[in-house]
Parts: sequence; C-alpha cells; structure tokens
Amino acid sequence: MTYNLETAQNPEKLRRVAIEPVSRVEGHGKVTILLDDDNKIHQVRLHIVEFRGFERFIQGRPYWEVPVLVQRLCGICPVSHHLAAAKAMDVIVGAKKLTPTAEKMRRLMHYGQMLQSHALHFFHLSSPDLLFGFESDVGRRNIVGVINAYPEIAKQGVLLRKYGQEVIRLTSGKRVHGTGAVPGGINKSLSDDERAYLLKDAYQMITWARDAVHLAKKLHNQDPALYNSFGVFRSNFLSLVGHKGEMDLYHGNLRARDDMGNLIFDGVDYANYRTYIEEETKPWTYMKFPFIKSLGKKDGWYKVGPLARVQNCNFIDSPLAEIERRDFVDYAGNTPMHAPLAFHWTRMIEMLHSAEMIKALLQDDDIQGTELMTSGPRQTDGVGLIEAPRGTLFHHYRVNDDDVVTMANLIVSTTNNNQAMNEAVRHVARRYLHGRELTEGLLNHIEVAIRCFDPCLSCATHALGKMPLTVELVDPDGTLVHSLSRNA
Amino acid sequence: MNAPEKKKLRVATCSLAGCFGCHMSLLDIDERILTLLEYVEFDRSPITDIKHCGKCDIGIIEGGLCNAENVHVLREFRENCSILIAMGACAVNGGLPAQRNSLSLPEILEEVYCSMANGIIPNDPELPLPLNKVHPIHEVVKVDYFIPGCPPSGDAIWKVLTDLLAGKQPELSHELLHYD
Ligand code: SF4
Repeated sequence: MTYNLETAQNPEKLRRVAIEPVSRVEGHGKVTILLDDDNKIHQVRLHIVEFRGFERFIQGRPYWEVPVLVQRLCGICPVSHHLAAAKAMDVIVGAKKLTPTAEKMRRLMHYGQMLQSHALHFFHLSSPDLLFGFESDVGRRNIVGVINAYPEIAKQGVLLRKYGQEVIRLTSGKRVHGTGAVPGGINKSLSDDERAYLLKDAYQMITWARDAVHLAKKLHNQDPALYNSFGVFRSNFLSLVGHKGEMDLYHGNLRARDDMGNLIFDGVDYANYRTYIEEETKPWTYMKFPFIKSLGKKDGWYKVGPLARVQNCNFIDSPLAEIERRDFVDYAGNTPMHAPLAFHWTRMIEMLHSAEMIKALLQDDDIQGTELMTSGPRQTDGVGLIEAPRGTLFHHYRVNDDDVVTMANLIVSTTNNNQAMNEAVRHVARRYLHGRELTEGLLNHIEVAIRCFDPCLSCATHALGKMPLTVELVDPDGTLVHSLSRNA
Repeated sequence: MNAPEKKKLRVATCSLAGCFGCHMSLLDIDERILTLLEYVEFDRSPITDIKHCGKCDIGIIEGGLCNAENVHVLREFRENCSILIAMGACAVNGGLPAQRNSLSLPEILEEVYCSMANGIIPNDPELPLPLNKVHPIHEVVKVDYFIPGCPPSGDAIWKVLTDLLAGKQPELSHELLHYD
C-alpha cells in the first residue's frame, strides 16, 4: 500500500495526458497522467470534477422529504440512497423494528435494484471490453457492438435490467426516483396482479443470471494471466455482513478484513461508524478518501463492493449463488482475491443471489400484508447503512425538534473505493503505458480498470461535482503536448 | 456500428449536472432499443467511447449547468446538433442541484470539506470551476424541445424520439406528461 505515482516530484517538467470524460461509467470523471520525454510516467490521478453540495442543501428540509430528495444524487442506484436515508429516518422516528411487510417490501425493492444495476454494469457498460478486447475498435466497443455480435447475450442483459426495473416500479411506484420507503415503513404492498406479474418471469431471471455468472467465470478461465493480474493491488476489505455471517445486502454489522483475510473488526454496529472510519480530503479531486482509523491514512484504505462482500461473508443464503461463491473461493485458492477484473465475476454472483431472493420474497405472503408502518420514541440522530450495488453506503442525519434536518453526512460507495480505484489506475499505467507511445487502446486500459469498480461517479459528486475522466500529456515545460480525450 | 445502408439518424446524449436518472429512463425503453438501433446510431454518449460530439441530427441533454466544463460541453452539442432536447427537470429548470442556488458557494464548499480535521477545499487546476449558481440549459443555448419529469418516463422519451424519426412535431399525451 503506497502512494507511489500519486504526486510527481517536478510536475512542471512533465507532459500531461488526459482521459476526459471517462466513458461507460456512471457519472463524470477524468484521469490525468504526467510523463517525461521517455514516456515514463510520474503521476496518475483519477479526478472527480463536479461538486453539488447535497450535504449542505438538505439542511433545513423536513426529515420525511429526505428519502425522496437524496435519491436524486444518483439515478443509477436511487433505491440505495432512498433506502439508506429511510433506514436513518427509521431511527429518527423510533421505528426500531419494521413490520414484516415493510421490511420484506424494502428488501424486494433493494434486490430489484441490485439486479438491474449489476446487469446494466456488466452487459451495457463492461461487456464490450471483455468480449471484444481492451484495444478493440472504438466504434464497436459499446453495447450496440455487443447487440450485433452477441445478440442473445445482449438481449438477456437488457431483459434482466428490465425485470429489476419492474420490481422497483411495483415496490416504489416509479422505475427511477419512486417513493416506496417512508420513515418507519413503506407506503404500499403488492397487489395480487403485481405479485403474479413479477412471479411469472422470476425463474427465467435466475436462469439467465446463472448463465451470466458462467460467462464471467469463462472469461477468467480463458485468460487467467490477464484476469488475475490486471491492475492488481492488495488492500483491506469492508462490507456489511448479516448476523449469522451470511451475505446480507440490506442490513447487518460492519466487518473489515486485511489483505490476507484476517479480521480487523467484526460485528460493529454501524451507528458507531465514526469510531472506525475517517475521511481525508485532497486538493485535486472533489471525492474524499475514507480509511479505517486504527490503521491510519496510509494503510487504512479499503475496497468495498461485490469483491469485498463475496469474500467477507461466511456464506450466501441462497442455494445457487452459494454454489457459485464456493467455486469462486476455490478458484482464488482460499486466499483473498484482489484482482479488479474479479469484481465482474463476483458482481454476477450477487446478481444471481438477488434473482433468487426476489423469487423467494415473491413467494412470501407477507409482501401482501397491510401493516405498513411503525414508530416509537423520537430520536435526534440517525445512521442508515446499506450495501448498494457498488458497495457500502453511509447516510447520517441529525434532526431537531422542529423536524428539520440540521446535519447530513454521506459516504457513498464510490468514495469508499476512491483510493482503490486510484491504485488500480496507477498499476495499469505502470504496467501497460509506462515508456510507450500512448494510443487510444492503451488509454482504454485505464478505463477498463476503473470500470471494474463500477464507480458511480454521479453519486460521488454529491459534494459539488461530477467526474469527467481525461488523460493529457504535458511536456517538461508544462505545455500541453497531447490531449488524448479520444475524439470521434 | 455497422455500415449504414439506409441513412441512420445520428444521436448524441450527455449528462451535465444531472444524476443519470434521465439516461436510465432512456434505457427504460428496454428491448425497444433494438428497434431504435435500426434507425439511429449513437455519437458521443455515456454508453459509447466517443468523447466529443460530432455532427448529429439530435442532441439530448440531461442535467443543468453547475461548472464551466458543463457550459463548454453544452455549446459543443448546440454547435453540432440540428435538434437539441432538454431531457428532465435538471436540464429544463436546474432541478434539485439548483437547491444550492439559495446558498453561497464558498459556504457550501466549506461545510462539505472543512468540517473535518485537516479539511481542504479542492482547488487543483484540473477541476473545472464551479459556477456560482446552477443554471438551466436554455439560459445559455437555444433549446428546441423540453421533456419535463424527474425523470421523464422511458415511454415519454420513446414517444419524442419516434415522433422525430417520423418527421413529426413531438407531442406528449396527458399520461406521458408529468413533472415528478
Ligand atoms: S431530472 Fe431527475 S432524473 Fe433527470 S438528471 Fe435531474 S434529478 Fe436525475
């Protein structure tokens, strides 16, 4: 764990290359690379360039508006923000335990979200790199190319996403930015027709999701040298884990492991996150850098998301996904797998788990129950955590006696992966770009590394920004020699 | 993209100060995207690796303007696109990000970055300058069509696109026109 390549000694003397915007990711980011005359790389940074100030302008709003407001941070995983905020507000209204109907409807909504987001990321955004190659023709390297070359795979991707969106629509009222979760519960349960409509395709989704896991696995097996080493770096892992040690994407305690898989902490009540996690700012990006307090800035950063979750839990509580998890652990040789490209494989395992959970929940009569709300003694401080598609998401609010929000702190999934993404990008720059003439295909390697993390640069800009990704080359006098922003 | 036998319309899309929810709605046309691709090809868009907008028939903008880079990209779209569409509340009137307009920018930056020990406000030249206020896009360029909604539904976007492909004035029926 080093900060190697983060800051060049004499930046004025170097050429700058920028990749801007980073494409096929959600949100706006930019990468800059500083090189010398021999194309040796001295500095690589992933910048988040937009700032939006949500944490500030939420203050002064009544608390019940928050679950609906904050999801506008991100239209890709709005349900995650919606639910994390609702969970924090459950604490505020004293709803210690939701009714079974409320909890299960929220879980259903959340698994719908996981399914659609993972499908979108794998099929629409990343599969072009994996199926055609990182340096393949830029005109074909997109979902349209996949539709033409692999129509069946593309169609399944589109329909998996559609199904997830339909689950969200029927649990929250709208596909994007619905209103299903409210402080203390939910505002609707499923009707007979809605339940039957979703059940009709539930099994098909499980089958396709399993095929997707097998596709991701096949890609690894076809080229282990590339897949196991591309952009690899070691780090700690962080995620929520269920009370029995199972994977739980909706609720649980915090668990962190070091790069060898040893526990750093476990069973931590997330209401106390501030005792364990701290954040650092840097002048060159709007995205903060969180780290585990006890280990310090230098060694305390970590990875979140599918790769962390699949390896942090003891087991997955659905049969087909558990078989795939074991297979993955075997492949990794029973030691933690750190390869960024393995994010895709584990993401598909989670997609399968989500499809299985959706089916199980749809078969549970509680989702048609009529007891939707609970409450208890009013509180002033509420923390809500959830495992969003991209990783652990923290929402923390304070609410005064007039029901108005006075403090908001959000640590979004992509922010949790900030240092990790920067490390992956530097590793790829060292390994593939160092000392070479930069081409579009080489620069795409950088983006492939970023895409592994499925960063939601949209969320990450909640402070004041979004992230366009740029690579530029600057000569030793500091003038711009080559700006590779991959023109049309 | 395959060689166009019949001339396809070229469409560019981008997200400025938006949340990508409107782009998600665009994808919510689901399998109709397969039909759409018979008639259009994508230029710059978050789903392609084309980084700058070329000559296009239709440009679709999500999000308002919150920094100097947004303004630059918007002008590039207007110059290159025959028809420019503002998609969603943020592009149409600034949307939720414009909530910050009642506050002063330095105050927000300080709140977000300086509340912790050793906090600093990011100021690297690589970061585009934030605008003092968030603006809707029609304040900077001429906009041909506005689709309201946060986000507009996939069906509404589909209707606008198919009307344009048919050479008609786009029209949204009452059910498709909503503002939430
Ligand atoms: S209009 Fe709504 S959905 Fe569209 S970008 Fe703005 S906040 Fe997101």
